[in-house]
Amino acid sequence: MANRTHILGRTANATFWMYRYLERAENTARLLAAGQRMALTRGAEMASQEWASVLTTLGLKDSYLTQYDEYTGSHVCDFVLRSKNNPESVLSMMERARLNARMCRSAITAEVWESVNEGWMSLRELLSKQVRSANLHEVLMAIRRESAVVRGATHGSMLRNEIYSFARAGTFLERADNTARILDVKYYLLLPSLSYVGTPLDAGQWDNVLRSLSAERAYRWLNAGRSDIRSIADFLILDDRFPRSLIFCYHAMRENLFHLAQFHGREGKVHETMREADVKLSEITVEAIFEQGLHEFLLGFIADNNKLASAIAEDYRFIA
Amino acid sequence: MNSEICFDEMHAPDGSVRPAYAGYQEWLSQQDERWMHSKSFEAETFFRKTGITFNVYGEDDAEERLIPFDMVPRIITGREWRRLSRGIEQRVRALNAFMHDLYHRQEIIRAGRLPERLFRNNDAWLPQMVGFTPPGGVYTHIVGIDLVRTGPDDFMVLEDNARTPSGVSYMLENRETMMAMFPELFSHVSVRSVSDYPARLAASLAACAPHGAGPKPSIAVLTPGIYNSAYFEHAFLADQMGAELVEGSDLRVVDGKVQMRTTGGYQPVDVIYRRVDDEFLDPLTFNPDSVLGVPGIMDVYRAGNVTIANAPGTGVADDKAIYSFMPEIVEFYTGEKPLLPNVETWRCADPDALKYVLDNLAELVVKEVHGSGGYGMLIGPTSSKKEIAAFRHKLEAKPENYIAQPTLSLSTCPILTRKGLAPRHVDLRPFVLCSPSGVDITPGGLTRVAIKKGSLVVNSSQGGGTKDSWVLDD
Repeated sequence: MANRTHILGRTANATFWMYRYLERAENTARLLAAGQRMALTRGAEMASQEWASVLTTLGLKDSYLTQYDEYTGSHVCDFVLRSKNNPESVLSMMERARLNARMCRSAITAEVWESVNEGWMSLRELLSKQVRSANLHEVLMAIRRESAVVRGATHGSMLRNEIYSFARAGTFLERADNTARILDVKYYLLLPSLSYVGTPLDAGQWDNVLRSLSAERAYRWLNAGRSDIRSIADFLILDDRFPRSLIFCYHAMRENLFHLAQFHGREGKVHETMREADVKLSEITVEAIFEQGLHEFLLGFIADNNKLASAIAEDYRFIA
Repeated sequence: MNSEICFDEMHAPDGSVRPAYAGYQEWLSQQDERWMHSKSFEAETFFRKTGITFNVYGEDDAEERLIPFDMVPRIITGREWRRLSRGIEQRVRALNAFMHDLYHRQEIIRAGRLPERLFRNNDAWLPQMVGFTPPGGVYTHIVGIDLVRTGPDDFMVLEDNARTPSGVSYMLENRETMMAMFPELFSHVSVRSVSDYPARLAASLAACAPHGAGPKPSIAVLTPGIYNSAYFEHAFLADQMGAELVEGSDLRVVDGKVQMRTTGGYQPVDVIYRRVDDEFLDPLTFNPDSVLGVPGIMDVYRAGNVTIANAPGTGVADDKAIYSFMPEIVEFYTGEKPLLPNVETWRCADPDALKYVLDNLAELVVKEVHGSGGYGMLIGPTSSKKEIAAFRHKLEAKPENYIAQPTLSLSTCPILTRKGLAPRHVDLRPFVLCSPSGVDITPGGLTRVAIKKGSLVVNSSQGGGTKDSWVLDD
């Protein structure tokens, strides 16, 4: 097999971030969909609390409060999806995904580029004006669908080389981060005190945690009849069959980093960091997690995840 | 300008269809008009999806624009093309010989055939190139020759783009779009393919690699970045050639070679197809504020360790004052009469010519010697008295800055309008590749069309559109 030269560090960076932004946009849509459902099935107070938690999960609460003084579905959705005052909106994530795709245009296939470009065009159109609540479902589906189309094009048309590994690493790194954040915030919201751990809770609330990660069906299929926080945390953190669980994301990361090491003929700092994180996750049990405190565990996980991101950028010369 | 009296590519004055368009007309007459119009929208969607857009200089909003595409092809017969090719090849060979001479012995000046001031006062003239021969002896690796037609056998060169001709991605994407929309048309009419241009470009660039490069030279396209108006083309060509798309910040001079920062460390680049102007190439040699270039690249170049395409300093040949000497230049270096004539040109530096131009401003086209893109020019017949008076002042203040040409009755080619086919003025830019292995002309090129009725300005920056350009395989 002819081994051509490595891609540019800048190109690797753009590829990595293009897939991170797409994954983040998609997960934000899941979170909003779950929030919407929760708000519709609960009273007004619960709805407001739910929208606040969506903002907390996304790290947007402070910037939201500079614009609005109460949490309503239409304001939160507008702010998160398309507000010009929110540089982290889904629309600007799509713009950045496309900008990065333009930057790594010669590294991705025409099929992938066109799917990103078309996705951006159609979402820009959908988000050109305030989303009416009757259309929210459709818009959120469209965001997930556009992301899925890019993933499909990536899977079906890209060479399995280092570019693909950077793309996948970006996807799973972002997904792991998002899952951890969602679980953390929901857990806080649902459990004002630790004494709740292990007690059966309001089924609707747990359903919401799972829905935020599109996990409700899979969880029930595997754990019929059980809905306590331990088994849900176990599922979202340690079940390697669920494609959004932390351990699944890390197995996928490990595999892609392994390909990179093979391609480059050597390992870097990121492989060392990965091994440590991998060991932590493989050896821990859900009991140990709760003993340590789920919140502390998740904070530690997010910090390690960020270390992985910096290590990969450094090892592969993303920036001069 | 009355378009009725112009040569039309498709229709003879009696309304009959010219032989070049016989096959197309046969197909067209079977198509439903409404269906054809719906195809126009399809074409636009097609271009938006591929992202073949451009940004207009000086326009603030980040909105990317499409160059209008017209679906009626511009068709050239095989016989016409063979004639044009010979003329183009002759001209391009002369251009290269001229460049080499200008930067070496300057025989043409010693022979008194070209005034020295012409290049001495030219910003594009680079003293750094004096006495240096680029790898393979090639100066203009990629040339775009702008041709206009005024009659059945009257093709003329309007401009030589020897610096960094753009638009080749439109040549390729226009064809792709036409084939996607009208597949049966291409089985009806036999058209010579243009799709191997990127492969030919890669081969041509590789053939110009420096001596030290291995059997498979590494090629990179150097772009100013994603905000450049032609970024799509840069990315497109890199992708199609399988070359790296680099920015100045990706490159660095390491161990006497130009190297790019890859995920595996710095790796050498042998050939740089740059889409960055000379001025920005090397902050150590030229504009010290440039962040688009590579510090020290000119030293590597002069040491013969990298190929820069096109060579720095070739912009001299883009100059409109030099253009006016092209017939002499062709004759001087090839010993033959030029096969493709120039458009008659008055050099305003010459007092007699200036007098004539000032007396006839309302009939002439006056251009800045160093201008491009249709900016800073006067089209006498379509300008108001006030505009002409204002231009007269500029011209009188700096006559050596201008040349003038007659207002040509550029040929027309039909475009599809709401009211059916309507003639519009066109030009043609064939793309030419030069390497030690020879001159390679892709059959076709970019046809630019003035979308506005009667307009003679085909530049995309001024609202011009493009067409697919066919050379018949007959």
